Amino acid sequence: MKLTPKQQDMLDGTHGRATQKAMEILVALGTIYGAERMVPVTSVQVAGVSYDNLGEAGLHWLSEMADGGGKTRVLTTLNPAGMDIENWQALGISEDFARQQLRVIDAFARMNVVTTCSCTPYLIGNSPHYGQHIAWSESSAVCYANSVIGARSNREGGPSALAAALTGVTPEYGMHLAENRRPGVTIHVEARLPDNNDFGALGVVIGKRLEQFKEKPIAYITGIDQASVEQLKSFSASVATYGGAAMFHMRGVTPEADRFSPPDETIVITQADLDQAQQSLISAETDEADFVSLGCPHLTLNEIARIAELLEGKRVTKEFWITTARPIKQMADRMGYTHVIEATGAKFAADTCCVVAPIKGRFNALITDSAKACYYASGKNKFKTIIMPFDEVVLAALE
Amino acid sequence: MIFHGRTIYQGAAEGEALVTTMGISFFGGVDPDTGVVVENGHQLEGQSISGKVLVFPTGKGSTVGSYTLYRLKRNGVAPVAIVNAQCETITAVGCIIAEIPCVDQVPIEQLKTGALLKIDGEQGKVEAIG
Repeated sequence: MKLTPKQQDMLDGTHGRATQKAMEILVALGTIYGAERMVPVTSVQVAGVSYDNLGEAGLHWLSEMADGGGKTRVLTTLNPAGMDIENWQALGISEDFARQQLRVIDAFARMNVVTTCSCTPYLIGNSPHYGQHIAWSESSAVCYANSVIGARSNREGGPSALAAALTGVTPEYGMHLAENRRPGVTIHVEARLPDNNDFGALGVVIGKRLEQFKEKPIAYITGIDQASVEQLKSFSASVATYGGAAMFHMRGVTPEADRFSPPDETIVITQADLDQAQQSLISAETDEADFVSLGCPHLTLNEIARIAELLEGKRVTKEFWITTARPIKQMADRMGYTHVIEATGAKFAADTCCVVAPIKGRFNALITDSAKACYYASGKNKFKTIIMPFDEVVLAALE
Repeated sequence: MIFHGRTIYQGAAEGEALVTTMGISFFGGVDPDTGVVVENGHQLEGQSISGKVLVFPTGKGSTVGSYTLYRLKRNGVAPVAIVNAQCETITAVGCIIAEIPCVDQVPIEQLKTGALLKIDGEQGKVEAIG
């Protein structure tokens, strides 16, 4: 790879041990994937924050990077942690876990990473714009940023994203290059998509189809005239989880779709395909469920307002976690939504989510509107799952 | 026999080869405390990668696997070097943070389990010495 004198200095250790390690990571990745040079990034999102996933070794490495003088050079935000940083006791998190989790957060803070702890950085001030190079980990956010915003990010892992933050650059390959953003297959949708869970199910269907290609193409989706932010975040999360997709185009919805015409190879998705995908995420009866969660990816303020409207004056009968970013929760506090919701017995779990919290085996069956949440609930946490539309999830918590 | 590959991470090492034709997922596939492969149905299931020159085509699975390599190293049960046909992000990042010499673009089908290998990470060189 061709490095500028400053980048070479970083690699040689002139800027300290942590920056050197970061540049070693980026040069190795650039070499593997044939990048000719580094490009400056304007934004970073770092995953690998929950102590449940990092363990002692991950914490140790992050502490070493902080001790080694690592400091971010661009706006850098964090993925969800394993607990609500302010209110972990109410969620049944152990004191030991909380102590280790806070050490992880502290290591990031020492490197000037903004400790947002959210999978939706684009809702809370880490909002790149069209065409900007960014280095994000968190697969749902990468897919959203590439597709819905038109920013350019590869699917980074935690360490490579942190490396971009500490150097301000990322190797120029993959999604950073215009030619690699070209769609390879048209996906025509002939199905009704009224709710988040329908978009989640669509992500399952398309994701699994994409996995069958030898070289995974970018989908060019037709047949969907409009989609809300909530629906697009739901779809991005699902198609990234089930198909490893870094990007999709949606005609009439996403900004780069007009640059291309639909590829000839076409797959039609029917209502039956969608119904089947929904069914595949249901492994329990509603009366078996003891856990309800909304907020995968983290909820928007709109969604929280809707929960407050549906719950007002009632009592929930199941453990109900509402997961969102801290700044969104603060707006909900101000608007009085939090008060209404907490009075029903439902709990806010800001900074965290049911994918990364240490809750393996704690519940029998989860009700959610999120296809991604179903994937991790069954695989990682060994829960049965039930997916249903947003409003019905809220109402199920009351039964 | 000498193979010239590509440097992923520098450093020199010598050790017995442990070769598989299957991809390795470090997160969930290798016990970080013992170095034993635990993935169901894997060719290396039940075998320890500790102290070996681990030879496999390419990595797979969760990106958290990079931290697993680091954890193996901290626990003293990491491979002494890694040789891949084609390295990818998880293994590369893991080798760099754990400081395990790593070379790729080597014809790994010509390497046999039990052979003594000498790795020169700096030069991207793999030498079978016995």
